[in-house]
Amino acid sequence: MIAIRPRWVRQLGLASGLTLSTLAAVIAAPAMAETLDLGVTGELASFDTSQISGGIWESQILMDVYEGLVKKSPEGKVLPGMASDWQVSEDGKTWTFSLREDARWSDGEPVTAEDFVFGWRHLLDPANASKYAYMLYPLVNAREVNTGELALEELGVESRDDGRTLVVQLNQSTPYFLQLLTHYTAYPQPQHTFEQYGKEYVDLEHIVTNGAFTPTEWISQSRITTVKNPEYYEADQVALDGVRYHTIEDRNAGVSRFRAGELDIMREYSSSMYPLLKEEIPEATHMATYLGSYYYVFNHRDGHPTADPRVREALNMAVRRDVIADNIMGGTFQKSLSFVPDGIDHYQVQNAAFDDAEGNDITGDLNARMARAKELLEDAGYDQGNPLTLRLRYNTTDEHKKIAVAVSSMWRPLGVEVELVNAEATVHYQTIAEGDFDVARAGWIADYNDAENFLALLRSGVGNNYGAYANEAFDTLYDEAATTLDLDERKAILERAEALAMDDDALIPMLYYVSRNLVNPAISGWEDNIEDDHPSRWVSFEE
Amino acid sequence: MLSYTLKRLAQAIPTMLIVITIAFFLMRIAPGGPFDGERALPPEIEANLMAAYHLDEPLWQQYFRYLGNLAQGDFGPSFKYKDFTVTELILQGFPVSLQIGGLAMLLALAIGLPLGIIAALKRNTAVDYAVMGTALAGIAVPNFVVAPVLALVFGVMLGWLPAGGWNDGALPNLILPVIALSIQQIAYIARMMRASMIEVMGSHYIRTARAKGLTEAEVVWRHALRPALLPVTSYLGPAIAGIITGSVVIEQIFGIPGIGRYFVQGALNRDYTLVMGTVVFYGALIVLMNLIVDLIYSALDPQIRYDD
Repeated sequence: MIAIRPRWVRQLGLASGLTLSTLAAVIAAPAMAETLDLGVTGELASFDTSQISGGIWESQILMDVYEGLVKKSPEGKVLPGMASDWQVSEDGKTWTFSLREDARWSDGEPVTAEDFVFGWRHLLDPANASKYAYMLYPLVNAREVNTGELALEELGVESRDDGRTLVVQLNQSTPYFLQLLTHYTAYPQPQHTFEQYGKEYVDLEHIVTNGAFTPTEWISQSRITTVKNPEYYEADQVALDGVRYHTIEDRNAGVSRFRAGELDIMREYSSSMYPLLKEEIPEATHMATYLGSYYYVFNHRDGHPTADPRVREALNMAVRRDVIADNIMGGTFQKSLSFVPDGIDHYQVQNAAFDDAEGNDITGDLNARMARAKELLEDAGYDQGNPLTLRLRYNTTDEHKKIAVAVSSMWRPLGVEVELVNAEATVHYQTIAEGDFDVARAGWIADYNDAENFLALLRSGVGNNYGAYANEAFDTLYDEAATTLDLDERKAILERAEALAMDDDALIPMLYYVSRNLVNPAISGWEDNIEDDHPSRWVSFEE
Repeated sequence: MLSYTLKRLAQAIPTMLIVITIAFFLMRIAPGGPFDGERALPPEIEANLMAAYHLDEPLWQQYFRYLGNLAQGDFGPSFKYKDFTVTELILQGFPVSLQIGGLAMLLALAIGLPLGIIAALKRNTAVDYAVMGTALAGIAVPNFVVAPVLALVFGVMLGWLPAGGWNDGALPNLILPVIALSIQQIAYIARMMRASMIEVMGSHYIRTARAKGLTEAEVVWRHALRPALLPVTSYLGPAIAGIITGSVVIEQIFGIPGIGRYFVQGALNRDYTLVMGTVVFYGALIVLMNLIVDLIYSALDPQIRYDD
C-alpha cells in the first residue's frame, strides 16, 4: 500500500483537471499492506477508561481496542458486542445480558461479567476520580458509590452464572441505556491483570484488550500502534493487520499529511479548507451531520437585559443563520433553529418560530423579523436614547470570532451595542458558569444519540445550564420523559419540552455541527454517520 | 575554574527556587483549573478530582508538597496525559527536541557565521545587501508560515520528503523541521556576526596586524574571528536552551513528539504539574547553558579569567 497510496493522493491532490479514468485506475490498485494510518487530533489520556479526558479522538482509539456489551456498525447502528443478547424487565429497570461464549481478552483469558462489574466499579471508585463517571449514574447506587457514601459492592450490577450473565439495575427506566453502553465508560476492564499489576495494568507491557485491536507501541504526542487482536471473536472478519493512530493537532498539517499519502484517514480538517478540498479531492472529502449543537446562551439571571423575554426574542429573531452557515462558515455548519440537532434517533426537532404582533409566522421574512425585533426592544424600553448594551463572550478561536462579529453586526441595526470579550476556553467556561455575561457562545457534542442528552442542559440548576434558564414546566416534562417507558410517548414529551424552551427563547439555536473527515476512497467499511463513530474493525482496503 | 563552576552551580539553587515559586503561584492565579472545560462537571465528580490531586488543600500546603516531591526528583503525574508521569513525558520528548534543535543550531552556525563574515568583509556591496536582505526576510517570516509552506511544497507537491511525522527520527523526517527551525537562527546569527565582525575589523589591533604585513585572510582568521565570536557566543547560551527545548509550532505542524508543545499545552490545559516540570527543566537548562557560555568566553578572550 505504501507504494500505491502516495501516488493516488498526489495525483488527486495536484491534478485539478483529473480525468475519471485515471481516478478509477488509481482507486482500483490492489491493496498490499493492511495497516491503517489514521490521523487523530489529540493525544489519548489513558488506556484506563476511568481516566479519559473526553476528547472525541479518544473514543476512536478506545472503541478499536475495547468492546462493550454492544458495539456499532459502520452506519452507527447498535449491534451485539460482548453480549450476545439481552432482556429488559417490564418496568425497564432491570437489564439482563448474556455474554458471548467466545469473548476473550488478548491474552486468551475469557471476558466475563466479572470484568464488567470490575470495570464499572473501577470507573465509579471515588479514588480513581473519573471525570466521566457520571455517565453510569443511571445505575442503582452509582452516585452514592461515586461520592463514597456507599461501598463499591453496592453498585447495581452483578455477575451471575459463573460470569456468563450480567444483571444491571437502573434507578428508572432509561430508554437510551443501550446507546449509553456504546460509550467507553461502559467498557469492561480486565480484572485479572489489574489484580496482578494494579494501576499499571494499562502499561503496554501488561495491557490486554478485548476489542479488534491491541496496542503495542505508544510514543507520546506522535503515534499509537495497534495490531489485530487474534483472540477477538470475529478476528477472521477483521481485514486490517493493525492501525496506527497519528496525533496531529494542527488541522492543516493533517490535511498536508493526508494529501502526501501518509494517512489513510484524517479525522477532522479545518472548516476553512473545505472549499479547496472539495475542489481538489472530492472523493476523499467527507462532511456529514453531526451530533452537536452550536448555540448562544442567554443569561436569564436577574439584572441582565436578557432576563427579559422580549429582549431574548428580538435578539434571537434577528440572527441570520443562513448567512452564518453558508457565507461565513462556507457551508461547514448547518443552520439550525432547534437546540437538538436534526437526525437524532427517534426524535423530531422542534424549530423556533417567530411571529409578528398579530401572531403571523414571519420566520422566513427577514424584514418583518427585523421590524418586529425593533418593536420588541422598544417595548422593553430600549431606544436610541437608551440603547441596549450587551456583553457577548466567546472562547478564542477564529471561527467563534467570525461568528460573534457577524452576530453583533446583525444586531446593530436594532440599535444594540455589543461588547465582544474573548478568552481561552478554560477561562471562558469558568466565567460564563459564574454568570458574568449577557450572551455567550457555547457548544454541545452529545455523549450518546438521544435528545435527552441536549435537553438535560436546560434543567434548572444544572452545571452546564450556563444561562440559568429555569422553567418549572420544562423540568416537569423532562422528569416525566425520564420515567416514561413507551418510546413514542417519551418522544412526544421530550418534543414538548424542547418546543417550550424554544418558545421561551431559552437560548439562540444557531448551527448544527458537521463532522469533517478525509478518507482514502480505496477504503470500504467506513460510512458517514451522525455520531461520527468509525470503528476500524469494519475498515478494509478494496482489492 | 573548578571552584568558579561549583560556586555558579551553588548560586543556581536559590535562582531555581525563585523561578519555581513564581511559576507555581502564577499558575494558580490564572483563572480556570485543570478540570474546567466545555462541560461543567457534576459537583461530586469535581470533589473526587480535587481530592485525588490534592487541589482541595490550602495553597501553601500544595506548594510545600510540591517542593518536597521535587526534592526527591518527583515531578508528579501529568493531569492530562494520565498514563505518563511528567518525568516520563520530558524524558521521552527531550531527546527528540534535542536532536531537531541541535541539528538546527549546527546548521544555523554552519551557514549563518560564514554569511555574516562575508557580509562584513564585503560591507556595503551587493553581496552584503543580498545577505542582509535575505536575513531580514528570514527574521521577518515566522516559522508558522515557513513550516507549512515547506511541508506543502516538498511533502505534498513534489513528494520528495514526508510532509510530517517523526518515524523514529529517520533522516527524511528530520530535514524539513530542521530547516524550518534553523531559518530564523541563520538570519539572527548572520546579522550578529556581521555587526560584530565590522566592529572588530575597525579596531586598533587589526590595524596593527595589517601594519605587520599580514594578509587579509590571516588577519581575519588569526585576529578578528575569535573576538568577533564573543557576542554570538553569549547569544548562543539562551538560544540553544530555547531551541533544544522544542518549538510548539514546528512540532505541531510536522507532528514531532518533542517537549515544546508541553510549554504551551500544559499552560492552556492548566496541567499544573506538567507546566512546573517544563519550567524547572527549562530553567535548569538556561542556568547550565549560561555557565557553559561563560566558560567558553574565557577560552575565546584571554582578558576574561575566572579566578577565585
